[in-house]
Amino acid sequence: MKNLVILGAGTSGTMMANHLVSKLPKKDWKITIVDQYKTHYYQPGFLFLPFDTYTEDQVKKEGKKFIPKGVYYIQKKIDKILPEENKVALEDETLSYDILIVATGSKIAPDETDGLLGPLWKKDIFDFYTYEGALALRNKLREWEGGKLVVHITEMPIKCPVAPLEFAFLADSYFKNKGMRDKVDITYVTPLDGAFTKPTCTKALNYLLKEKQIKIETDFAIMEVDNDKKAIVDYVDREIPFDLLVTVPTNMGDEVIERSGLGDDLNFIPTHKHTLQSKAHENIFVIGDATNLPASKAGSVAHFQAETLTDNIILYTKGFKLKQEFDGHANCFIETGNNKALLIDFNYDQEPVHGTFPFAKIGPLKLLKESVFNHWGKLAFRWIYWNMLLKGIPIPFVGRNMSFKGKKFDIKADN
Amino acid sequence: MKKVIANREIDVNEEGYLVDFKQWDREVCECIAGECNVVMTEKHWEVIEYLQDKHHKDEPLSIRGIKKSGVINIKEFYELFPGGPLKKSTLIAGIPKPKSCI
Repeated sequence: MKNLVILGAGTSGTMMANHLVSKLPKKDWKITIVDQYKTHYYQPGFLFLPFDTYTEDQVKKEGKKFIPKGVYYIQKKIDKILPEENKVALEDETLSYDILIVATGSKIAPDETDGLLGPLWKKDIFDFYTYEGALALRNKLREWEGGKLVVHITEMPIKCPVAPLEFAFLADSYFKNKGMRDKVDITYVTPLDGAFTKPTCTKALNYLLKEKQIKIETDFAIMEVDNDKKAIVDYVDREIPFDLLVTVPTNMGDEVIERSGLGDDLNFIPTHKHTLQSKAHENIFVIGDATNLPASKAGSVAHFQAETLTDNIILYTKGFKLKQEFDGHANCFIETGNNKALLIDFNYDQEPVHGTFPFAKIGPLKLLKESVFNHWGKLAFRWIYWNMLLKGIPIPFVGRNMSFKGKKFDIKADN
Repeated sequence: MKKVIANREIDVNEEGYLVDFKQWDREVCECIAGECNVVMTEKHWEVIEYLQDKHHKDEPLSIRGIKKSGVINIKEFYELFPGGPLKKSTLIAGIPKPKSCI
């Protein structure tokens, strides 16, 4: 009997367990999945919690429910991966593996920024990348009387890179609906050179910032949070004052990766971008946010990766060459407020374009354009996540690689 | 699209970033730097080489990476490439600028 061990029962790990249980012969392979937490969160829902759009119950369920029969589930803390011995040390036992899948994700590391965890943390400074943070922010917003709202990204890469921008758009709608938009000044602060960083998106979407009166500060590399002045300060002493700071702190891979010596300086694991095999060990595979790939850290990306990785695990067990298949495909809804959303579809090489999705000319979803239908798509996605995506049920007509059918390459440079 | 840099036709994208790194050399580099009002010094070259090395290893570029690079600290990085150090330095280095997903 051989052992396949999956570390992490989040979006990626759970999907892999569901894919592999039906594909690996039961008489030859024992599949084990390890996660220290009981609760599985629907992380895209954290964007909606602060605005009272979703309730707590809609974004969390017991993780065990989604682990299929035939997979051993261990709820314990992972101490260390021992790649030279093909073992994983848990808090009180050691597992041996023939194949290891690392799906330990990424999380915020607010202690990486000086002053962020100072006296204003959770009073006037909030994150919405954790369940607790999103709820605390909801409570703050319910009673906030207005002032300078600063929405801020510390540094890239972050999980769901577009979430902070969606937050700014939704905040605009939220305050309008509360009849207090005139009392709120929204500024979006990014370390990149714009809110939109790809030329196609800049052209198609820059109007949104103007329309919603969101100010933008670019190329801002935060040095510290000055709690006395209530301002964020960068390395050239640029100061941006705030009354309410909603920040996306540095995102890092899990500490277990650091303890095991497997990661880069952000604890992300160097991974082959088309096969998902780790660069250092041929029997360790990596999926989702835990990789160092230049793809978005997002559930849709993990979903497409899971299909390729499943095939590659099977190929690997048979001693065949791995498929160079994963293309960085991402497919994401972006909330723009007022019950509208955008849909974007892109990969490592191809920037988001106009067109229809998933069917050429028919849609019904429109790419890179605001529509109510896309917003419904985003809301429907919560159901799809719990009932299809986690269980490894294919989403009809959405392929693992990016399709060029129905796409219009009509966004041209001005010069 | 094509752009004449150092008397040569170079392939660039809409924002002037080189599309094919093979077309990059020191002469091209100095011309682009000149357009950004940057005069290349030894330190600039060191940073450019560091960024190119990271890029070729498929490692993401970040301000934090610069901090840990041992090549330069962040204040110096801003002084060498005023305004937007990452976007300017990558333009000069002939590699893509750091991007988000949109």
